[in-house]
Amino acid sequence: MKRLNRRAAAAVGSAVMLVLVLAVYIGGAMIPDAALQADFSRRGLAPSAAHLFGTDFLGRDMFARTVKGLSLSLAVGAAASGMSAVIALVIGVAAAMGRNAVDHAANWFVDLFMSVPHTVLIILISIALARGAAGMMVGVALTHWTGLARVIRGEVLQIRAQQYITASRGFGKGPLWIARRHILPHVAPQFLIGLVLLFPHAIMHESGLTFLGFGLPPEQPAIGIILSESMKYISSGMVWLAVFPGLSLAALVLLIDRLGNTARRLFEPREAQL
Amino acid sequence: MGINIMMNYLFETKNLSVSFRMYGKGFSQHLLRAISNLNIGVRAGEILAVAGSSGSGKSLLAHTALGILPKNAVVEGGMAWRGAPLDAALQTRLRGREIALVPQSVAYLDPLIRVGRQISKDRQTVSRLFARYHLKPGTERLFPHELSGGMTRRVMICAALAGNPKLVIADEPTPGLTPHLAEHAMKHFREIADGGAGVILITHDIDLAVRHADRIAVLYAGTAVEAAKASDFADAALLRHPYSKALWAAMPQNGFAAAAGAQPYAGALPPGCLYAPRCPECGPACVAAPPQPRSVRGGEVSCCHAH
Amino acid sequence: MRIEARNIVFGYTKGKKVLDGVSLAIEAGARAALVGPSGCGKSTLSQILAGALKPESGEVLFAGKPLPGRGFCPVQLIRQHPEKAVNPRWKLGRTLAEAWSPDDGFLAAMGIEKAWLDRYPAELSGGELQRFCIARALAPETRFIIADEMSTMLDVITQAQLWELLLRAASSRGLGILAVTHSERLAAHVSTRVIDFGALG
Repeated sequence: MKRLNRRAAAAVGSAVMLVLVLAVYIGGAMIPDAALQADFSRRGLAPSAAHLFGTDFLGRDMFARTVKGLSLSLAVGAAASGMSAVIALVIGVAAAMGRNAVDHAANWFVDLFMSVPHTVLIILISIALARGAAGMMVGVALTHWTGLARVIRGEVLQIRAQQYITASRGFGKGPLWIARRHILPHVAPQFLIGLVLLFPHAIMHESGLTFLGFGLPPEQPAIGIILSESMKYISSGMVWLAVFPGLSLAALVLLIDRLGNTARRLFEPREAQL
Repeated sequence: MGINIMMNYLFETKNLSVSFRMYGKGFSQHLLRAISNLNIGVRAGEILAVAGSSGSGKSLLAHTALGILPKNAVVEGGMAWRGAPLDAALQTRLRGREIALVPQSVAYLDPLIRVGRQISKDRQTVSRLFARYHLKPGTERLFPHELSGGMTRRVMICAALAGNPKLVIADEPTPGLTPHLAEHAMKHFREIADGGAGVILITHDIDLAVRHADRIAVLYAGTAVEAAKASDFADAALLRHPYSKALWAAMPQNGFAAAAGAQPYAGALPPGCLYAPRCPECGPACVAAPPQPRSVRGGEVSCCHAH
Repeated sequence: MRIEARNIVFGYTKGKKVLDGVSLAIEAGARAALVGPSGCGKSTLSQILAGALKPESGEVLFAGKPLPGRGFCPVQLIRQHPEKAVNPRWKLGRTLAEAWSPDDGFLAAMGIEKAWLDRYPAELSGGELQRFCIARALAPETRFIIADEMSTMLDVITQAQLWELLLRAASSRGLGILAVTHSERLAAHVSTRVIDFGALG
């Protein structure tokens, strides 16, 4: 009986999604500044073959601006989720491996950060760091590590109690050896997937706060800036200014989320079913 | 095999095979055949022990009978319930009602629901069962973690019996029990059988099977090599299959003799008789095709040499 | 070398002691069996004797000294579920090498086929995996082996095979053995001295 090889399908799917995400990032980086310049001869054009997403009130091509904005979001999101995941790893491992007091302290911190609404905290941190990309990244990083830290703590605790770890100690293996050979390879896939799944959150927060005016400065071609500018023109009928960039953002976020979930299945132990 | 024998069985498997689709390195897929051409049958009113070591497919048999296999399982051959084909629709109808499982582990109880509600919505049924299994009134209001090991076992038996089942499948009901509680549990299963239901007792403990079952089906690498009266296991000369004889000889009280070899890996089963690679009597016919079950001296055996 | 437990106290939850003042001693190279019903604390005591668990009070002495806190433990433990005692992500060759590097002759004596070294635990039966657990416990540094229900979940043939392997290796190297089991028949077969767990205090 011939059946679809689901693991192969998941691998191909992940690869395609990864290529799409990379295409947005590289495409955005390669767009020359000239393409984003104002050109009053083509102000407010509706979407057409020449301008896929139309043009805005300054005659700028909305497609180029959207790709550029998404590319910027990806960069900010990658940095923020990377930082966040590293914080999660450090705190999660410390909680699981350290003494009781360390575990209590770590859990207290997790609860503390979880009890304050993200958006408020990011805004405060972002303002404290004079807004801009750096403030944004630190804000997202500091607010998003909690869930992953808990997952990592649980994984490490669970694996630390395994009989084969006890046996390893009996063969004279030290804690570092055991951490490197037994525990890290077990936690690494969870960590990578957690990292990928943090990504869409980071992007949404970046665009959301930029839209509200607390994030990236207006001179940056960020997607949040585009959306907030476009709001003023919706009532005058230029709906494409908000609709296409908004849908593109949603599509990108869904794509990365899907990528993380598909890749998760690839990392499951070899004997697991798909 | 005569039709009348099949009609006799409450539940039976007919050349049942269960394989799992597994992933190897990279994208390679292969099948693990955990149950192979299995033929067993249980009658109403009897305890059939299904005895085998880990990897013989015995726990899987329970899940197959109930129709609760994971998605990557491939089932071939069939099962019958009172002589009629037991398909997925019938399984759904019988599961938890006429066919009940006494599971191996406490993990089958929901930790967040009081045990009484997990047994039955009908309070009278619960108190009747609790009284019968010597569980104090009030036990129904406890949560699973508040039960001792022996109480948990009795609660799970009550849960299985609440629907008045015709077939009870007990998956390794004794490990973790003191000998006293184990004897007690086995007495319960005997009462269930005496009440007219069939009982399948899945165990790795051949001693336990000999003491408490009416008949024993010996499982090896997912197939039943022999099904015989429990009393036949008192004497190797009464047994039919070379593997049953080797089991007998390996019991500590019978000399602790270790036959060479090991049960084959489910991913690489030999083509003919599954015991052939270890069998002292193995001949050309044995490696050619799997032997069909046949009646020898009142028992069923799958071996060309048995007499 | 003699192994001795003195007044061991241990409990998993507060106020409820699994072991309360348990003492026992086994001489060097002896073959003893510890018999008691399941759930009575035999496994806990086994882990304490092998240094895998710290007792609340009391001490374990091996050759007159406490077990070393680090380095290869001369008292090795073989447990009931071999599939839990090996890393499921490692091939068995690596699992064996974690303890020591036996030669081909030793593997043959253990009934381990070379092809198994390249397999993952999920690809071997319980009996085959348990051979690996026995083999790695028989490292050169090992002086004493505690076999805690090591054959309970296996069929009687495999049980007889494994005990034959272990007893042969132990007697050729003068290792002490403690067979921990619920089965009095098995205990009588594999040991020269049967200790009743219930009589330990």
